Amino acid sequence: MTILLDLVSWTFLVLGTLAGIIGAVGLFRFPDFYSRVHAAGVTDTLCAGLVLLGLMLQAGLTLISVKLMLILVFLWLTSPVASHSLVQAALHSRLKSWRRNGEGE
Amino acid sequence: MSHLLLLIIGLSAFWVLLSGFWDNLLLLSLGVASVLLVALLDWRSTSSNPEPYRLAVLHRLPLYWSWLLVAIVSSNIDVMKRILFPRRFPIDPQFTRIPYTQHSSLGVAIFANSITLTPGTVAIEVDDTHILVHALTGEAARDLARGEMDRRVTRLERCEG
Amino acid sequence: MILAGVSLGILVVMGLALLSAYLGPTVYDRILAVNMFGTKTVLFIAAYGFLTGRPDFLDIALSYALINFIGVIAALRYVERVYSVEKPGGGADDDTA
Repeated sequence: MTILLDLVSWTFLVLGTLAGIIGAVGLFRFPDFYSRVHAAGVTDTLCAGLVLLGLMLQAGLTLISVKLMLILVFLWLTSPVASHSLVQAALHSRLKSWRRNGEGE
Repeated sequence: MSHLLLLIIGLSAFWVLLSGFWDNLLLLSLGVASVLLVALLDWRSTSSNPEPYRLAVLHRLPLYWSWLLVAIVSSNIDVMKRILFPRRFPIDPQFTRIPYTQHSSLGVAIFANSITLTPGTVAIEVDDTHILVHALTGEAARDLARGEMDRRVTRLERCEG
Repeated sequence: MILAGVSLGILVVMGLALLSAYLGPTVYDRILAVNMFGTKTVLFIAAYGFLTGRPDFLDIALSYALINFIGVIAALRYVERVYSVEKPGGGADDDTA
């Protein structure tokens, strides 16, 4: 049973780290600021969620798990607000966006 | 008034949970002072806002969160596909306007935050009827325009008990 | 072992975020990267606390998550004001962050 729990927790941790690395690669691959926000969103939601969930499984039903859960809730409540205000500020400064057919909008 | 009471109880529980102190009188009084300060700030910032808090939302939140979790995971997989295989899954960033059907500002805030929390779509601005959204792909924009998330948030907001 | 790998992986992500903050090209890209660096720091503190068997680090991670959010919003407000007053529409080809 503990072996199984460890395996699930390790899977979460490894998948979360991979999601983080993929999101960071997306930061360099995407053409403009507006699409990079989506790549950063991957690391903010899936990577953070999986890593913290994996750590929670390691800790079991303790106060540590409660604190990890609180960190997850804070991250998932604040990260959309941060990306929203970033994009809004960029749009207000009339930052150009990349279009597929090759012309800016 | 009831939400202020709930806030004080919640903040006190949060403080005790994080600090773990029960018996040090100085620290306890500092904790009480900080809880009261935050409650005062909240009262000052919401007393001019006539819209009542809908505490009933809390009780339907777990159902909505579990649906949102699935949506977050599937949109994450979609965005990761487009990062790893840009040739097979090209991106097509675009701005769209999504209509919303929520009536309270809390409902609109939940909807806009959910849009931003799912990668592939970011809510930018809210006017009286629509939300301006930047979508990474045409599919993400069409998916949002189909309105399932909007309906679910409206149902979450409407529940009476 | 796994925890060491995870900590290392998060460090790599943090390095990539720093590189992205250095490369820019706009000030908004930099703030986005710094925000990402901050949230990954929270994860790193948590994972490192488990690695060294000292989960007390979680309190630090918790406060770091909040401070990072407030810091990003504050930096953003500053940038927004500067760019809307002095250089309307000058965000696209800016190179000084």
